[in-house]
Amino acid sequence: MSTVVIHGEGLGKSYHRRAVQQNALLRDHVSRLLKSPLSVFRRTRDETFWALKDVSLDVREGEILGLIGRNGAGKTTLLKILSRITRPTTGWAEIHGRVGSLLEVGTGFHPELTGRENTFLSGAILGMSKSEIVRKFDEIVAFAELEKFIDTPVKYYSSGMYVRLAFAVAAHLEPEILLVDEVLAVGDMNFQKKCLGKMGDVARAGRTVVLVTHQLNQIRRLCHRVVWIDNGGIRLDGNTHEVVSSYESTMARGESNCHARARATNSRGRFLKWEIADPQGDDPHAVTTLGPVNVRFTVQVNEPVRNGHHGIALFNNDRQLVWGSANDGVMLAVGEHEFFYRFPSLPLRPASYTWLVSLYEEGNLIDSWYCVPDMVIATEPLGHRSDDWAGLLNFRVDLFISSLTESGK
Amino acid sequence: MSTVAASARSNPFRELPVLRITPPGRWWIIPFGELWEYRGLLYFFMWRDIKVRYKQTAIGIAWVVLQPLLTMAVFTLFFGRLAKLPSQGLPYPIFYFAALVPWTYFSGALQNTTNIVVENQRVITKVYFPRLILPMSAVLSGLVDFAIGFVVLVGMTIGYRLHPGIAAVWLPVMLLLAITTALGVGLWLSALNALYRDVRYVIPFLIQFWMFASPVAYPSSLVPERWRWLYGLNPMAGVIDGFRWALTGHGEPPGLILLASASAVLVVFLGGLFFFQRMEGTVADRV
Repeated sequence: MSTVVIHGEGLGKSYHRRAVQQNALLRDHVSRLLKSPLSVFRRTRDETFWALKDVSLDVREGEILGLIGRNGAGKTTLLKILSRITRPTTGWAEIHGRVGSLLEVGTGFHPELTGRENTFLSGAILGMSKSEIVRKFDEIVAFAELEKFIDTPVKYYSSGMYVRLAFAVAAHLEPEILLVDEVLAVGDMNFQKKCLGKMGDVARAGRTVVLVTHQLNQIRRLCHRVVWIDNGGIRLDGNTHEVVSSYESTMARGESNCHARARATNSRGRFLKWEIADPQGDDPHAVTTLGPVNVRFTVQVNEPVRNGHHGIALFNNDRQLVWGSANDGVMLAVGEHEFFYRFPSLPLRPASYTWLVSLYEEGNLIDSWYCVPDMVIATEPLGHRSDDWAGLLNFRVDLFISSLTESGK
Repeated sequence: MSTVAASARSNPFRELPVLRITPPGRWWIIPFGELWEYRGLLYFFMWRDIKVRYKQTAIGIAWVVLQPLLTMAVFTLFFGRLAKLPSQGLPYPIFYFAALVPWTYFSGALQNTTNIVVENQRVITKVYFPRLILPMSAVLSGLVDFAIGFVVLVGMTIGYRLHPGIAAVWLPVMLLLAITTALGVGLWLSALNALYRDVRYVIPFLIQFWMFASPVAYPSSLVPERWRWLYGLNPMAGVIDGFRWALTGHGEPPGLILLASASAVLVVFLGGLFFFQRMEGTVADRV
């Protein structure tokens, strides 16, 4: 067991509505005072609301902990307490080691200053010493790929250049504990990959990372453990696959209603739902086995289908087609039907995937549905430990090495 | 309130600093150690202020000298030549410029300090550092302007063949008093400004009012003797009187006024420090 580096106990944060109110004016207070001079002594009835309530958690050295949850659930508040930006109302926490927080890309950047000047400024604000920045300066500039523009004021930068420089500075922070909020969602795909790689390096170097993000794939790739924050409290705390798939299916259930409403209703028929026929876990949309998987799609038909065409496709998160198939000559009577697929295995790299199912009659579309919720493949990752080399598929392989030459004699 | 008691308590495994994060409480503890740790950041904030200020104006440094010089010309004409106010036997330009250099520094520093927390709200809500660094940097970065003005002032005294003598050793003391006053009042105003945004509308009025309550346009000898101590409770009265005296050797050493000023500054400064510290823990929720 490694050392606990962050220990939080009963952390809570409440806001008074009065305090939350932005841009309060002294004038208002004065006029209230003039109207009823005794109001100073009266206790104003503030509405208190708890952004975070009774959160206790331990983070161990070298761990990458992901925080997930809806907007406003309290993830950022927790991060702000741990990074000392705001103080808790209740509870306490103890942190062993220097803390760096990265809650925004480009903290402290000033548009009038050049890239070089901003590198120093932002670095200092994020907690680097001047000598540290001097030492890493070339590395930062190279990481941002901005060698030519480093002496140009950043107000002339494109947003991509701005983000690259800002992240490059942040990526070179070397505190023992790094708190990161939703900043990996910036930049183009290649740069994001570079950043994720850098984060991985940080963790491999034995430093601790607490990461808030909405991109569940990042969480899956990076985190050892995930805490799901809901309504200001911890709803689930456990290993990444367990928590993320539970979160995902809950979110999907909430979202599926609005998706169903958004889909154009077709009087001739429609797909109603999809599920895994015999799920291993309690989530009927998560695949947790590399063995056979049975998937069921339910369709309702209002007019008989005589010469139907049914298509099915599976997309990954990058909207890449992973697999597709089609059948002609489908005949369906009026009523509900089930399309039952038997897959010998779905050996896909753990991530979320989307089914697309469609039904046509004589070339006319009856319904086509990007299935909600997504299918989560939550099997153990068996590919290359580096994401760049893990590929699209996931299965166990055996390797035998034997010598083909007579040697050693 | 001290944000966090950062102590190097011994860790059984490694020598790592241990931070304790607790609800706001002990506002009377000023984190001097932490401020010292963050001195590098203080330097960078000052550096940014200065850099940006001179980048944005076309005439840059000239403006710093021009502003008090023009005010001096106006004062010399109206208060001096027309109103014929006494000037302690000094030529009017020197009499006014010797007061305007510290005064311009003070009013600029006060203005910058008042706005510094609000202007830096993005940084404040995204990263931790002792918030006291911000008003400190605002007060200190104005010293560059002061230095430029001071060089011009020294040139003028040489031009007018004035010899300050031994009294000049008091100049740093006066400057320190001006810095402390700007910081003390600025701490109050910057914290209030973060809470109530209309504070900044009060500032121009306050500064103008304050200037006439200080011996900038007239000598403090115009104030009746028995009210002198009360007048001295305005810290800038002591600073400006003292500055003029230390630089030119004219007038009387501002004994009583200086004493009253120094005590007033101490009260305002300590009060501002605690008030600001009290607000620090929640400032990120409020700005």
